[in-house]
Order: sequence, then C-alpha cells, then structure tokens
Amino acid sequence: MSDEKVTADDVDVNRRKFLTVATAATGAVGVGFTLVPFISSWKPSERARALGAPLEIDISKLEPGQMITQSWRKQPIYVVRRTPESVAKLGGVTASLKDPNSEASDQPAYAKNEMRSLKPEILVLYAACTHLGCLPKQYFTVADPTMGADWPGGFFCPCHGSRFDLAGRVFNGSPASANLRVPPHKFESDSLLVIGVDAVQGAA
Amino acid sequence: MAASSDHAGKTGFRAWLNKRLPVDEFVDSQLIGYFAPKNFNIWYFFGSLALLVFVIQILTGIFLTMHYKPSEAAAFDSVEYIMREVEWGWLIRYMHSTGASFFFIVVYLHMFRAMIYGSYRAPRELLWILGMLLYLALMAEAFMGYVLPWGNMSYWGAQVIVNLFGTIPVIGPGLVEWIRGDYGIADSTLNRFFALHVIAVPFAIAFLVLMHLVALRQTGSNNPDGIEIKEKLGANGKPIDGIPFHPYYTVKDIVGVGVFLIFFCGVIFFAPTFGGLFLEKPNFEPANELSTPQHIAPVWYFTAFYAMLRAVPDQQLGALLMLLAIVVLFFLPWLDRSPVKSIRYKGWLSKTALALFVVAFVMLSYLGLQPANDLYVILARVFTAIYFAFFLLMPWYTRIEKCKPAPERVTYHA
Repeated sequence: MSDEKVTADDVDVNRRKFLTVATAATGAVGVGFTLVPFISSWKPSERARALGAPLEIDISKLEPGQMITQSWRKQPIYVVRRTPESVAKLGGVTASLKDPNSEASDQPAYAKNEMRSLKPEILVLYAACTHLGCLPKQYFTVADPTMGADWPGGFFCPCHGSRFDLAGRVFNGSPASANLRVPPHKFESDSLLVIGVDAVQGAA
Repeated sequence: MAASSDHAGKTGFRAWLNKRLPVDEFVDSQLIGYFAPKNFNIWYFFGSLALLVFVIQILTGIFLTMHYKPSEAAAFDSVEYIMREVEWGWLIRYMHSTGASFFFIVVYLHMFRAMIYGSYRAPRELLWILGMLLYLALMAEAFMGYVLPWGNMSYWGAQVIVNLFGTIPVIGPGLVEWIRGDYGIADSTLNRFFALHVIAVPFAIAFLVLMHLVALRQTGSNNPDGIEIKEKLGANGKPIDGIPFHPYYTVKDIVGVGVFLIFFCGVIFFAPTFGGLFLEKPNFEPANELSTPQHIAPVWYFTAFYAMLRAVPDQQLGALLMLLAIVVLFFLPWLDRSPVKSIRYKGWLSKTALALFVVAFVMLSYLGLQPANDLYVILARVFTAIYFAFFLLMPWYTRIEKCKPAPERVTYHA
C-alpha cells in the first residue's frame, strides 16, 4: 500500500472530518481549562480576603443625632445613633417610599423591619448609594431648608439626587431603586458593634 | 494591484532589500497605487489625525510608565513627581492628558464625517463597525487611563463605572467583585487597569486600526458626493475621479498635521486643564474612599451618555439605555434607507434630523457636566428622546423624503 499513489477514493472523508472535529474539540476544552487560572487570578486574593475580616467599632461615645463613618472592606459604613423623635417619625413617611418594607432591598433578615436595624436607635448602613455608589450626605435636620418643608431628616446623594430617610429607605423620584444596604453586624455589648458578623447565624 | 515591474532595474541595497522584503511593492500598491477620490475636503483630515494622536499617546505613554507607579500608595505621588521633579515630565504628561481629549475630538469629527457623507453605507458597513469597535476600545482605554492618577475623581469615576456592571441581573455583584479584585476599588483594581491600559487595550486598538485600514483599502474611500469612484475607470484601470494617495493625500495630511499641532500645543502650553474639562479639579486631590466629590462627572467625552444614564429614574434601565445609545450606532448602515449616501443630495428631513441629532448630542454632553436637578433631568430626557428618534425613525424619514439625484462624477471645484 505505502508506495502506491493515494487517490481521492482512498481518502475516508468521514473519518478525516471526525478526526478534525475531535482534535478541534479537544483543543477547545484544553483552552477552556487553561483560561481558568487567568480568569481566577482576578478574584480577590487571599490577602484581600484576610483584610476583609470583621471590624469592631466602639459606639459608647456616639451621641443621639450623631453619625460616624468607618471603612470596612474598602466600603464606608455609616453608624447613626438616631434620636427617639426620629425613630418615631419612620412610620409616617411610608407612603412616599419606593420600598417601605425593604422587599427589593439588600439587608440581613434581622434588619428587614421598619427601622432596618437590630436596635431602634442604632442604624448601620453601607454608605454607598444603591444608584451608582456615591456617598449620600447627612441631612438630619427636619425640614432642612435645601430639602423642603416636609423633609423628615435623612440622606441626600449629591451625585444624582437620590433621597433616603433615616432608615436608609429610598424616596420616590430618586434614581436609586433600592434602599441603602445594611451590612452584616451584631452587638458584642451595648457599646461594641461588630461589622461583618451576623447577629444570629455567626460569621458572614 | 500590480507591483511595479521596474524592481529588476534596481541595484545595490534597494534590490537586495526588495528581494527579501517587499517594501517597494507595498508602497506601490498601498500608497501610490491606492486611488482616493479627488474631491476630499476638510472633513477628511480626521482619520489620519486620529492615527497621529494614537502614535502621540503610545510614545508619551511609554515615557510616563518609566516614572509612574501603579499602586494605591504611590500612584498619586508618582504623578505629582512626574509633574514637579522629572525633567520635562510635565510636558510629557500634559501631551498625554491633552492627547486623550484630542483623540475624542478627532474621532467624533471623523464619525460625524461618516454620518454626513454616508460613509457607513454598503459596501462600507464593516469599515463602520470596525470603527465603532475602535470607538469602544478607545472609551475603555480612556476610562482606565483616567483612573491611573488616583485622584479623587479617578476613584469615584471608577466606582460609578464599575458599579454599572453590578446592575446586570444575577451575575452583577460577583462580576463587580471580579473586576475590582477586592471588596472596593482598590490597589488590585488600579494595578490591573494599568496593565490593560498600557498593554492589552493598546494592542487591541492597533489591531483594529490595521483592520480598519485593510477594510478601507478593500472598499476604497467614500467621498463628499457619496458615489462610487470605482464605477468609472480610466484606460489605466484606475478610477478617473481618483488620485494616488501618495503623494497627493500624504502631502495634504501633513498640512492637516501642522494645523492640528497648533491647536494641540496651544492647549498643552496655555490651558492644559482646559478649565477643568480635560483635567477635572477634584482630581488634584488624592483618592479618598470616605469622601465623594460634591459633584461626580466623567470627562467631557463621556458626558452625553452619562446624561442619559441620569435621565432614567431606574438604575438598571438607565444603564441599559446608555448601552443601547452606543449599540444603536452599530446598526446605522442598515437604518439608512436613502437612495443617496451624501447629505448633499438627501432631502430636508434627513438634514433636519441630523441637525437635531447634533444639537441633542452637544446638549446631552453639556447636561452630563451639570448637577442633576429637576430641569436638567427633564432636558436630558428630551434630548435622549431626540437622540434615539434620529436612529429609530431613520428607516422611515430616509425613505419618504425627496432626494436630489446624485451626480455621475464627483463634483470638484479646483
């Protein structure tokens, strides 16, 4: 056979086609597997994950009506001690909110309530606006002149004009569609707040 | 195109070289043998100018990487170091930052040329699409470059743009974490944007430029009359209305380069920040994750799309609309049903539509720079509607209007 001329009739076209497709398919699978390390290299590294460990905040010196900003996992966190009056106001604005019961918003189960918090007076929020991640500014004064006479106190995002109440719930007419997110958190004691650990279930 | 036959007559180094590398053949077939329409006007400067700016960006960029440090801790200081302590560093950096804005000026004018003369129409659909891909690559390149100085606007701009990917249903949040490589815009994000900005995207742009030019050589250039010069060939087999690209248009383009450099140098030396438009004021402060600039706006070349994003009271729909505003441009070749290509012979409907489109784009660009109060949002909605109407109604208004007949030969006023 070997020294005879190969004619077109001798070529098994189907077999060639099968071998070509099989080779190409094997190669494609190989390329697919090779991509995995490259794509995975973009995920948060071990170091980034370690630096994202829970954060303890001493809130004993936080007075009613005050807010502090802390950074956890590169994300600013707002911690507000609300006054009893502002807590009482939260029920009154329900009609003008997009998501008053936080159905379409992101928060741990224990913060899915009207106050969006574990304790009525302590509000813990991711500061990033749910629209595009700017930082809403604090406008806690009731009927703040720049916000209008019916302003109950809350947050205003200077970038695109989203407005939130003192539970981080978004008002109608804002570009943001969800309430400000609540990070996992718990109270180690009355004065020690821990961000990054859920109140009941343990580590996030 | 046939290579010139006189290679045999050459002697010495030139003959030796050409036997091994087809230099003369390339010049003969691609530059001298490429016949471009003889009726090009001022609008035809911007393609070659875009190439010039690309070269300027590559050259100045290489020298900036020699002093710049892509890390959260050192990036901002290294840019200040370039500005204050590296000899002529300020000039190289201002050439690069001004080059970014001029790249978009030139590319927008180049795209507008294609729109007025119908250069996107068959058989140049792919040429247009390759150009649009270049535009997308340029946007990615500009965005990542803007993050590198690690000023506060760099940081918050990156925050806003990267979070746009978070609006994608289901995969959004994971995708955003993957893009950043951390739980926020961080060192890892800056470092990978640097790699993409200096290697990956420039390679992609260079490749797309090559494909854009190859496709142009295949179809030939369009011209202000929007007629095919290849349909009227002379005795030499070349278009009667064409002239060799070299020397005629190479020389013309050099004049364009001269005029361009006057403007370019004017900005570099006298107004490098261009009143906060080319280099925004909040970017002279280092990135601060705990303090948003009072008013976040992207650089001017993105603000039209940014205005559309802000015009929609729902973030997912806003991001989608912004994406569609760019996607719709890809379909331009199939939306235009006019019997003629050039605006010169189209009817008043097309002319009005194009004028309105230009007004809408300029106004959206302006609105994107302004704070989002009620009046601006309403205006942004109106102009967004005009922007989309220009494209979506195009199949209708280009078909029903009365056009002038396109001429047989190009009109040429020497």
